[in-house]
Amino acid sequence: MPMAASEIERMIKDAIPDADVIIRDLAGDGDHYAARVVSGSFAGMSRIKQHQAVYAALKGRMGEELHALQLETAVPQETISE
Amino acid sequence: MSDAQARIADLVKANDIVLFMKGTALFPQCGFSSRAIAILDRLGATYETVDVLQDPGIRQGIKAFSDWPTIPQLYVKGEFVGGSDIMMEMFESGELKELLETA
Repeated sequence: MPMAASEIERMIKDAIPDADVIIRDLAGDGDHYAARVVSGSFAGMSRIKQHQAVYAALKGRMGEELHALQLETAVPQETISE
Repeated sequence: MSDAQARIADLVKANDIVLFMKGTALFPQCGFSSRAIAILDRLGATYETVDVLQDPGIRQGIKAFSDWPTIPQLYVKGEFVGGSDIMMEMFESGELKELLETA
């Protein structure tokens, strides 16, 4: 069962409220997405931890009905320069 | 520790660079695994692969092993490095080359 982009975004924002989420449907089939998630809460976390936080937000659906989600995470620029 | 967890731990310990993937290095069965192989080959790395499609225990177990829901997964010197997205970021920044050279 594919997931709607809006649902992916909602689940990420529910878990990471300050997240800036951009989702792209790569193949137009509702099954292959790329997501960029920017959040101040990622500051000081390793890349692995940042990705794990996003996967945790998706509550086990990643790797199951959501097969393909290319993930990019980042800390907002202003947080880095502070 | 379950049998699968023990076998994964052994594989990770026994191989300096090991990629858990879908399919083989020659015939990856998934775009993400294919991308991971392309990165390792580009860096000239010598690596082992484990085809999770051949082993349901490892296929499920590897997700719990590093609390990571997707495959491929790269391990260098016993440490989990990441999936194909993180590999790509580290490839582009040069970090992966440095890391593999230590292995």
